[in-house]
Amino acid sequence: MTDATLSFEEAMEKYDPVLGFEVHVELNTKTKMFSSAPNVFGDEPNTNVNEVDLGMPGVLPVVNKTAIESSIKIGLALNCKIAETCRFARKNYFYPDTPKNFQTSQYDEPIAYDGYLDIELADGTVFRVEIERAHMEEDAGKLTHMGGATGRIQGADYSLVDYNRSGVPLVEIVTKPIEGAGSRAPELAKAYVAAVREIVKNLGVSDAKMERGNVRCDANVSLRPHGRERFGIRSETKNVNSLRAVEHAVRYEIQRHAAVLDSGEPVIQETRHWHEDTRTTTSGRAKSDADDYRYFPEPDLVPITASREWVEELRATLPEPPAARRKRLQADWGYSDLEFRDVVNAGVMDEIEETIAAGATPTVARKWWMGEIVGRAKNADVDPGQLGVNPATIVELNKMVEEGKINNKMASEVLDGVLAGEGTPAEIVEKRGLAVVSDDGPLLEAIDAALTAQPDVADKIRGGKVQAIGAIVGGVMKATRGQADAGRVRELILQRLGVEG
Amino acid sequence: MTENNELIRLSAAALADKLAAREVTSVEVTQAYLDRIAAVDGKVHAFLHVNTEEALAVAAEVDAIRAAGGAAAEELHALAGVPIAVKDLIVTIGQPTTAGSKILEGWYSPYDATVVERLRAAKMPILGKTNLDEFAMGSSTEHSAYGPTHNPWDLDRIPGGSGGGSAAAVAAFEAPLALGTDTGGSIRQPGAVTGTVGVKPTYGGVSRYGAIAMASSLDQIGPVSRTVLDSALLHQVIGGHDPRDSTSLPDPIEDLVAAARTGNVQGMKIGIIKELHGEGYQAGVENRFNESLELLRGAGAEIVEVSCPNFKYALGAYYLIMPSEASSNLAKFDGVRYGLRVLPEEGPLTIERVMGATRAAGFGDEVKRRIILGTYALSAGYYDAYYGSAQKVRTLIQRDFEAAFAKVDVLISPTAPTTAFKLGEKLNDPLAMYLNDVATIPANMAGVPGLSLPGGLADEDGLPVGIQLLAPARQDARLYRVGAVLESLLEAQWGGPLLDRAPSLTAPSPTDSAPAVAAGAPASHGGSH
Repeated sequence: MTDATLSFEEAMEKYDPVLGFEVHVELNTKTKMFSSAPNVFGDEPNTNVNEVDLGMPGVLPVVNKTAIESSIKIGLALNCKIAETCRFARKNYFYPDTPKNFQTSQYDEPIAYDGYLDIELADGTVFRVEIERAHMEEDAGKLTHMGGATGRIQGADYSLVDYNRSGVPLVEIVTKPIEGAGSRAPELAKAYVAAVREIVKNLGVSDAKMERGNVRCDANVSLRPHGRERFGIRSETKNVNSLRAVEHAVRYEIQRHAAVLDSGEPVIQETRHWHEDTRTTTSGRAKSDADDYRYFPEPDLVPITASREWVEELRATLPEPPAARRKRLQADWGYSDLEFRDVVNAGVMDEIEETIAAGATPTVARKWWMGEIVGRAKNADVDPGQLGVNPATIVELNKMVEEGKINNKMASEVLDGVLAGEGTPAEIVEKRGLAVVSDDGPLLEAIDAALTAQPDVADKIRGGKVQAIGAIVGGVMKATRGQADAGRVRELILQRLGVEG
Repeated sequence: MTENNELIRLSAAALADKLAAREVTSVEVTQAYLDRIAAVDGKVHAFLHVNTEEALAVAAEVDAIRAAGGAAAEELHALAGVPIAVKDLIVTIGQPTTAGSKILEGWYSPYDATVVERLRAAKMPILGKTNLDEFAMGSSTEHSAYGPTHNPWDLDRIPGGSGGGSAAAVAAFEAPLALGTDTGGSIRQPGAVTGTVGVKPTYGGVSRYGAIAMASSLDQIGPVSRTVLDSALLHQVIGGHDPRDSTSLPDPIEDLVAAARTGNVQGMKIGIIKELHGEGYQAGVENRFNESLELLRGAGAEIVEVSCPNFKYALGAYYLIMPSEASSNLAKFDGVRYGLRVLPEEGPLTIERVMGATRAAGFGDEVKRRIILGTYALSAGYYDAYYGSAQKVRTLIQRDFEAAFAKVDVLISPTAPTTAFKLGEKLNDPLAMYLNDVATIPANMAGVPGLSLPGGLADEDGLPVGIQLLAPARQDARLYRVGAVLESLLEAQWGGPLLDRAPSLTAPSPTDSAPAVAAGAPASHGGSH
């Protein structure tokens, strides 16, 4: 059953959206939050575990100091206050992804609180998102439900559990309700999550790969009629795991809520599941504020104290804030305001930086990402960084162009080949027979033929009107079906006619 | 047999000396204890598992090292080759760990508790795992899913709990030493009713890693023995910082053995806790307690009375905090990953229903009672009134201790209000059962150390009475210093260890079947030795 929706425009005419986000960031510490088992993604299931992660009888947790450091850094980067002392609590619930049947999490004493993040929107305006808290917790194991139609535990024949993820350190960043975004709510949603991702990546505290679940977003949406102060009833869309999906999910939920409200029904407070294929959400678990997790302070851990000296030491190690970094990069790269904003909005600033670091010039990097890759990503409906282009490929392609081995048109074709998995650029050039004709022999033949065909042009060039050379070059390119290096052709023509270039 | 009988009656310290002097081998000692277990444990039921092969292998290893001499022999720990029993709440590789519960029947831990690692490092042969109330919840060992342990002084009576198995094993000469755990008195109260010594160290003094948690903020592992010095020796093996337990104290461990060897109370101030004697305490318990006070006074201690007015709330607060933590600690036993799994007999096979059926079948009534209590106390809307208030009481108890220790060096009280009661007597009256721990619970609530030692036999029933000493946190050495003095004064009166009067268990005769005539009063057993 698909839910009714209103058009986004109509929804905006009638209602004012209020947003809220819970972003979970997996820290890239060497070991887990409370155990010495490795924190590594993608290994054989249930290998990166020890008795603590498995919740064996008698085990005790020990807090990972690096995780505390990373959490404080995140708090500072989000302009938060850092608690002088704070505690962990137990969140009690029975579910097989938590081996102890409670999750060790911070509850009423988060390590960081009362912060904000300034988000720059596409039109250049800055929107301030207030951060309520950033708290530490441990990740749960990963369940895979086999059989059954829904992929959920209800109706499954059996479920597989991988405790490798159990105990991975998480920081959960919770915003205060975000009001006033209006029709820019979907854009703001995407920009906010992108900014958080950028911050944790910059800090080096997370691998920040959304496709791996390093950064996961739960998006809360509610609508209220324009002019009303009281918030509407919210839905929480869980695990929206790409920037584009965040934007789409918020937009969809606004449209769905609007249709529910228009029909006179109340919105149900519940979790929603995001479906990337249909770009819709479906109803999950009813969620009430009265869920009783029987929180109490974790008696197996002593309170964490963060001395002011330590906090200041950590503050001193913070990398430059993203806004400052953007200013610096724009200046370094020499992009115009418009060029740079396009790069930021396309979400390829990091990729361009990496490409430049790999040896490309800023102009070349921008040309490739904005001219070739962003469009392909759009067609494939993925974030550009996830398309599968790595900076080394771009540098290699560009080198081939500069050396005259291939021209731009061919390079674009080679890129398609790389993305299709046909091999390295060099292999694809070879396989597809794309090499520019660089053997002077056949070129000279074609040049001679073109000069003979257009003697008057040849005379003009000899007479010093070098700009007339285009006609001859064009003839040669035509004769070589575009496989000649135009620059080399030009050189050879001038040589042939004994004219200085 | 006579020779072996002599061996098993030696203290751990005496055994250690004989082993070091190579007058006896560890295999001989270990075998003597295994023989004793075979002979009497059918009656006592102190052990849930006997670890014959491994114990003898460790003993043989120690003997081989000693026989070879040289540096390796020199480096052997003082207690190397001295056997020990381990409460079955503490996990061990190679032996089952049940926690006294059906829910863990047949489960083997893949790792050793820190204290077990330390026993292994000291090369102490582990004789086996001792019985306990299920998940250490009880004061009589009757709540074990594997049947009760019997008090060696009178097999119809309880050995105390939860660590009745460890205390009875030591009292019945089935082991010279044992490990216990103490959440509200589970080491000290069994010590009191079996005529043995038991120590609850300062909270954080001994690593809890590998002790199956009942109430994390109250649990402590500690020594069980027949003498004060033996407890000090064992305490020294298991104590000290453990990076795997965040609540473990960083302090280096004090020289407890020296404290026990150089016991002295001259000029010491010893406080009687007004609230922990008198009304509600059996007359024979009071009499033995008063005698101990006289002996200490005679040895140069100043006895004063102090009041700890908030102790009267300790039991109530304890029965909120302990079940709250236990309800969460025991959530992991759900049949998903290890231990018992029970499928519901009818209806759909959902994960919730499998967890429910497993827990319904695997836990006993007392465990369920505490899980329900704790779940209720932590529930939204009740948390502040119950768990929150109990934590405030806890702070008040800590302040009472602070105020008392500002006036005195150690505190003293009877360990338990009564001597051992009959098996089954209080089984259907949980509140009466809970009252057994009224004198021991305050120490757990405040994290301070406590020691129980035999104070003689009650006049009315001829059963052992325990004397409890309490010291400020991190001052465990004081317990040994005072305990050793009181022990030697009392033994001088009795003409030997109190356990000499316990029935032999192996030679049934009319005199053995009943406990000895009331002992302890100087008049009836003049110290002629």
